[in-house]
Order: sequence, then structure tokens, then C-alpha cells
Amino acid sequence: MSGGLRSVGGVAHAPGRPARTLILGLVGGIFAVPILAMVEFTLRRGLAGGYDVHRWTELLQGGLTGECRPVLVALGNSVGLAVGTVLIVLVLLVPTMLLVHIRFPRLRRVLEIVCILPISIPAIVLVVGLAPVFSVVARVFGSGVWSLALAYGITVLPFAYRAIQSNLDGVDVRTLTEAARTLGAGWGSVLLRVLVPNLRRGILAGAFIAVAVVLGEFTIASLLNRVNLQTALVVVGKNDPYTAVILSLIALFVAFLLLLVIGRLGAPRGTSRRRRPISRAASPTPSPTATPTGARP
Amino acid sequence: MPAAAFGLLPFAVYVVLFLAVPTLIAVGTGFLDTDGGFTLDTVATLGDPVVLTAFGSSIWLSALTAVIGAVVGALVCYALLGAAPDGPLRSTVDSLSSVIAQFGGAMLAFAFTATIGIQGMVTLVLQERLGIDIFADGVWLYELPGLVLPYIYFQVPLMVITFMPALASLKSTWAEANATLGGTTSSYWLRIAVPVLAPSFLGSLLLLFANAFSSYATAATLISQGAQIVPLQIRSALTSETMLGRENLAGTLALGMILVMAVVMTGYSRLQARAARWQR
Repeated sequence: MSGGLRSVGGVAHAPGRPARTLILGLVGGIFAVPILAMVEFTLRRGLAGGYDVHRWTELLQGGLTGECRPVLVALGNSVGLAVGTVLIVLVLLVPTMLLVHIRFPRLRRVLEIVCILPISIPAIVLVVGLAPVFSVVARVFGSGVWSLALAYGITVLPFAYRAIQSNLDGVDVRTLTEAARTLGAGWGSVLLRVLVPNLRRGILAGAFIAVAVVLGEFTIASLLNRVNLQTALVVVGKNDPYTAVILSLIALFVAFLLLLVIGRLGAPRGTSRRRRPISRAASPTPSPTATPTGARP
Repeated sequence: MPAAAFGLLPFAVYVVLFLAVPTLIAVGTGFLDTDGGFTLDTVATLGDPVVLTAFGSSIWLSALTAVIGAVVGALVCYALLGAAPDGPLRSTVDSLSSVIAQFGGAMLAFAFTATIGIQGMVTLVLQERLGIDIFADGVWLYELPGLVLPYIYFQVPLMVITFMPALASLKSTWAEANATLGGTTSSYWLRIAVPVLAPSFLGSLLLLFANAFSSYATAATLISQGAQIVPLQIRSALTSETMLGRENLAGTLALGMILVMAVVMTGYSRLQARAARWQR
């Protein structure tokens, strides 16, 4: 490391191409091993040795039957829970954030602390206290799997809050609201026809990250004895590890694509810009996937 | 009190019911005896050797994987500096990191069973090609040491996600100023970049620690028997009330975890506040 600083891609302190390739190649190579091992595992023919794709073809042709069935039911549960959680974000969090932003700016700090707090409370701790709460919920509303969405609404709170807040910071909500009110709009149309379209990107990003978190949730569902995608995969894994690994690979790939979409939503460009006339344009939203929150796998 | 304040009510009720109440129950039951009276006996359980060992193991595991994850992750961030923020390389690495850090969980247990399980790919290759038996001293994958590699596997991506914004906020003008004043690459890193980045790096390190400390899914899937770390001890306490012959043990363990998390997250927010100075 001697000599002047190289300038790569306009960043004067970036490493040169050889160093970059070496680091990324080495780490990437090591991190690829477990994924490759999963693929290799599913291709094993059996005791005789050798490889073929019969487990994949059987699983994909078998479709909705056999080992796959409980996982598909569980996937249905998880998708339902994701929808429920997103509804909680849309119906409870978004209006509250807007109300605090417009009418009670002094409560902003309080709201932020409340929303970020779940990062500091491990799911395994929350579940200890949720068990009694859910036995009450079960008595009142029944013990349907959907009720888990009430807990997931809390676990996604920090992610959703950050995604929406970073968008909110870049939009002049007060002026927009006052302009709309002056022109005779009721609060309903201010919310739905003025504010929500302006916050579309943040809300979408928050919703996507909520979906990703809910689809990946294991701890709460497992300890409250509810079935979701992750708990079902673990159950299948005990009887038929091959099917479980194939389904995991598919799930990981789909999740990767989903997060790639989120990343694009978070990028400060694209079609959304032209519909945001009164936004302080030069405030690049940090990628919502990049919320520095405890991930708790 | 304006009427609009009622608009805050639904969210407030929801947060109280599903965040405040569960947290208070979780922590509060640590102070209750079997009849519901107040006691400090259950809290004294935190001094029990079995509990202390679990906390020790959890802290050791979290610290080890946080340090390795932070160093490797920071190197990856450094390597990514030259790539365009919106380019295909960065967005692929971002998405992959998020998948592994947020979605892995139980699946990482499958992945590592397929890699270094008894019939795992790496295990077999080492055995057949090099004659190395990684399980010569017994199968350690389903014990505490077996958690180290899977945990590092989700810590590195989390470091990439959390540390990249800090590293990307290094201004190229600082490097130019350094060069103009006759500084070298090493003086740039030692005198400018490292001091500016130190709070962010330490903050991310604490976040990684908290992440490993509170992680449950990977450990629960890999280790089906036993309670080597605190989250698994809570599992045992929840599923069988008789562990250590004490009631409300789950609450006591939850209290202990909250205490550790409170210390770590306080440090994290202090460091974040320091780091924010340079990120405007």
C-alpha cells in the first residue's frame, strides 16, 4: 500500500481492481459453498452414488401432493400473515405517522422511539410475554393463524417506520396539506389523493420489507405453535430433508428476487420522481433493505 | 386537547397491547412466584450456574461471530467502494445480504447440515480426498461450536448492510485534501478514514452482537436437544415448566436478555449519534 490514492469510479479511496476482485472472489466463493452444498445434496441419487435431478422433477411434477402439501398450506398462511401485517402498517402506522407529522410534531421523537424499540427486544423475549396475551386473544377471537399478524405488526415496525420516514422527510407534507385544504379538499382526500401518492415509494418499500420479514419469521410462530412457511419447512426437514432443502433453495431464490425489487424501489430514480412535484428532490432515500436493524434469523 | 388527538388512539392501543404489555409480562414474571406474589427468588436464578453458563456461551458466541463478521463484512464493504451505488454488483450484493441476514434462519441450519453435516459435501470431500475427519473428536455441529459458522454466515451480510452507508459517506474530497497536503495512502486511512469510521464500525459491531445474541431460528433448528445458549434455554423453559425446578424461569431469562440488550443498544445509539456527525 504505497503511492498515491487511486481513483476508481470517482471514489478516490476505493481499492484497485485486483484487490476488489480478490476480496469479493474470496468471500463470495466461501459464501457460495453452503448454497452449492444444498444443491449438491438435492442432486444425490442415493446410496449408489452419482447425481441426477429426479428429486427436483418429482417434486415439481408432483405439484401439490405429498410432502409438499403442508408446506404449500403453510406458504398460504405466511402470505395471509404478510397481507395482514401490511394492512396493520397501512391502517395503523401510516395514518399515525402522518398525523404526528402534521399535527403533533413534538411527538415525533416519541413515535420514533416507540417504533424503533422492537429492535432491542428479541423475538424470543417478546414471545414469553406474547404467550399470555395470545391466550386472551384466542379466547376472544379464536386461535386462527391470522392472529399472528398482530405480533408481526410489532416486529416489522422498525423496518416499516424507517422506510416510510425516510420518504416522509423528503416530502413537504405541511405545504401539500395546506394547499389541498385551501383548495377545499376534505381530510379524506388529503390523505388518499395527496399524501399517499406522494409517499408511495416509502409505503411500498415499507410494505415489501414487511412481507420479507413475515415470510422469514420463525421464532414467534414456532413457540406459539402456529404453522407458517418456516416452521413447516423445519417439520418437513425432519422427515424428508431432500424436499426441505429443495423448497429452501426455491424460497431463498424467490426472496432474493423480492429483495432485488425492494432495492429498485428504494433507489432514488425511476417513474416515481415525475409524480413528486413538491419534494425536496435531492434527498436520496437510503435503501429500505439497508435498515440497520437486528435481523434475528 | 384537540380532537385530532383521538386519531393517535388506535396505534397507541395497538402498541400498548402487543408491545408494552408483552414486554412487561416477559420481564415482570421474573419477579413473580408461583402464587403471583412479588419475589426476588426467581431473579436470583440468574446466578444459577446453568443459567450463567448459558449467558456465558451466548455472549461468547455473539462476541466471536460479531468480531469476525464485522472484520470480514467491512472488507467486503471496502471492496464494494468502487462499484456504482445503483449498479448491478451493488444491488445484487445488497439483495443477497438481505436474504441471508433476514430470511436465512432455519434454512441456514439445512445449508450447514448439507455442508458440514455427517454426510455433508465438505465433510465428505475432506474425508475422501484429504483424509481429514472434521468430526474425529465427535460431532460438534449440533453443539455450541456448530453454531459459529452459521452465525458468521448471517453476521457478515448484516455487516455489509449496516456498514456500507458509513463507508460510502467517506468524501473523496478528504482523500484529495490528504493527497494535496502530501499525505500517503496509509496516512489517509490512519489519520482520516479510520477515526471517522471508528464509531460506525463499533456501532455495527454492537448491532451484530445484539443480532447474534437474540437470534433463535438457526440455533433452534440445528440443536433440537439441549439448551446451550439463552434463547434455547427460554425454549426449554417455555416448553417444560419444570426446568431447574423453578416456575417463571422464562421470565427471568427474558429479563436477563433485556438487560444485556439494553446495555448493547444504548452503546449502539451513542455510537450512531457520534457517527452521524460525519454523514451529513
